[in-house]
Amino acid sequence: MTLQSLKAALLSLAFLGLFLCIWHAATLPKAESQAPSDEYAKLLGKGAKKSDGFPSLGQMGEVALGHLRDPAYDRGPNDKGIAIQLGHSLARVGAGYLLAILFAVPLGFLIGMSPLLYQALNPFIQVLKPISPLAWMPLALYTIKDSSISGIFVIFICSVWPMLINTAFGVASVRRDWLAVAKTLEVKPLRKAFAVILPAAAPTILTGMRISIGIAWLVIVAAEMLVGGTGIGYFVWNEWNNLNLTNVIFAILVIGVMGMLLDLAIGRLQKAVTYVE
Amino acid sequence: MSFLQIQGLARRYGPAAVFEGVNFSMERGEFVCIIGHSGCGKTTILNILAGLDVASEGVVVMDNREVAGPSLDRGVVFQGHALMPWLSAMSNISFAVKSRWPDWNRIQVQTHCQKFLDLVGLTGAEHKKPAQLSGGMKQRVGIARAFAIQPKMLLLDEPFGALDALTRGTIQDELLRICAATHQTVFMITHDVDEAILLADRILLMSNGPNACIAEAVENTLPKPRDRHSIHHDPQYYRIRNHLVDFLVNRSRLYQSGEAARPAHPPLVRPGAEDAPPPAPVRKIVNLRH
Repeated sequence: MTLQSLKAALLSLAFLGLFLCIWHAATLPKAESQAPSDEYAKLLGKGAKKSDGFPSLGQMGEVALGHLRDPAYDRGPNDKGIAIQLGHSLARVGAGYLLAILFAVPLGFLIGMSPLLYQALNPFIQVLKPISPLAWMPLALYTIKDSSISGIFVIFICSVWPMLINTAFGVASVRRDWLAVAKTLEVKPLRKAFAVILPAAAPTILTGMRISIGIAWLVIVAAEMLVGGTGIGYFVWNEWNNLNLTNVIFAILVIGVMGMLLDLAIGRLQKAVTYVE
Repeated sequence: MSFLQIQGLARRYGPAAVFEGVNFSMERGEFVCIIGHSGCGKTTILNILAGLDVASEGVVVMDNREVAGPSLDRGVVFQGHALMPWLSAMSNISFAVKSRWPDWNRIQVQTHCQKFLDLVGLTGAEHKKPAQLSGGMKQRVGIARAFAIQPKMLLLDEPFGALDALTRGTIQDELLRICAATHQTVFMITHDVDEAILLADRILLMSNGPNACIAEAVENTLPKPRDRHSIHHDPQYYRIRNHLVDFLVNRSRLYQSGEAARPAHPPLVRPGAEDAPPPAPVRKIVNLRH
């Protein structure tokens, strides 16, 4: 580890410590005004242990440990472990994202190869791209009539655009020289597509996929809040209805970590196909 | 009948012609360089020979067959090496070899590629990516790739333009050695007069574009094998060199305006030799532009 990264790590820890200190200070139990009698306090509801409100660090740690100790329990539709909820979300994202790859990469290839097709489809892409994926939700629910598949559709529709545009751009901007080499070597179209164009455009395609996975993970939380049932987004909303902020905060943390891991995974893939010119 | 024949070749963009009425032929095993200022259409001629561009008029016949589209019979070394950066030096060559002989097994491809990597002096750099190679080494891979498919003709588009003088010298020597050993037919574009005299058997001089033509074909009367270190001690070297430089500096622009007659077939000139015809008449004394 270099000196700078060591310093950076120490500084990160310091920031974390500072943040935790502020949290701790802000959630210190306030000096309660002495109630005239126990009975009066009970009437005001002050005697009971508070379960709502912003949690202290201790409460937070306790809940987090509880979730981590038993992440996969299933006690009915409204009480499932965090890992199960996360699994549902990941499955939806995975399905929608995979469909998007299967659709966007081949289509992007075609668009990138054919300037005519590019020009013809560009207006549609430009109009459809800026639509918030959640705006499709009513339409999806009406036509598909299944909330879980509608969620997958929403993930599909939001991941498809960056991949489509990046694939088309990557394919269209493959260096003429490489194509000329393939031409002079009489390389067959299919081999040209897989051995020249695909590796040449791969870094750009992967950039699109990395943007897509980020958006998909942002959208799944919102989509699940809307359709309910299962998933990490539903979990957040459900805990909000239970007024259990501790669980909400824990879920937020899990969403962040998972999003980072997804980005890292695609980033690793991107690095593997990137070449230096 | 000559190995390669080019008849009445022209390339137009709209009404403007880059070049027109280009006629020349090449024999098997001949090394021909073409020299001319930028914009005269040298690269276009090479691309037409390669099948990457189409002529507006005229035909190219190689080995009794008309050139229509790219073919593995003609290997191209590109100006900017055009190596695929995600492939190693070896894989760049094997990509070409597999295109030429799709039925070969892995061992055959490997042995063949290694032979040509060794030939250009890249033993030990097989698994390096182009980004890890120097400019000269990259161009060597490009040359090995073109030689490896054993084409009937090799087309070189200013292959050493981006290299420093020392590297250029070494690779020129290597090219000369490989061509002598394989009797390769080569058509090469260059800007470098000395390079042309060292490598070429015949040097085609192109007038300035647009409306360029091949004005002269200069025979290299220096005996083979030519050696880069001793060639300039031969007085004949300077006669040829002066003739070429004089053409590029003074005469190359006279063909557009009609001050010099456009030959239907470029006359063969042998500068300094007794039987040399006088150079094309110049009707006006012009100042040096360069």
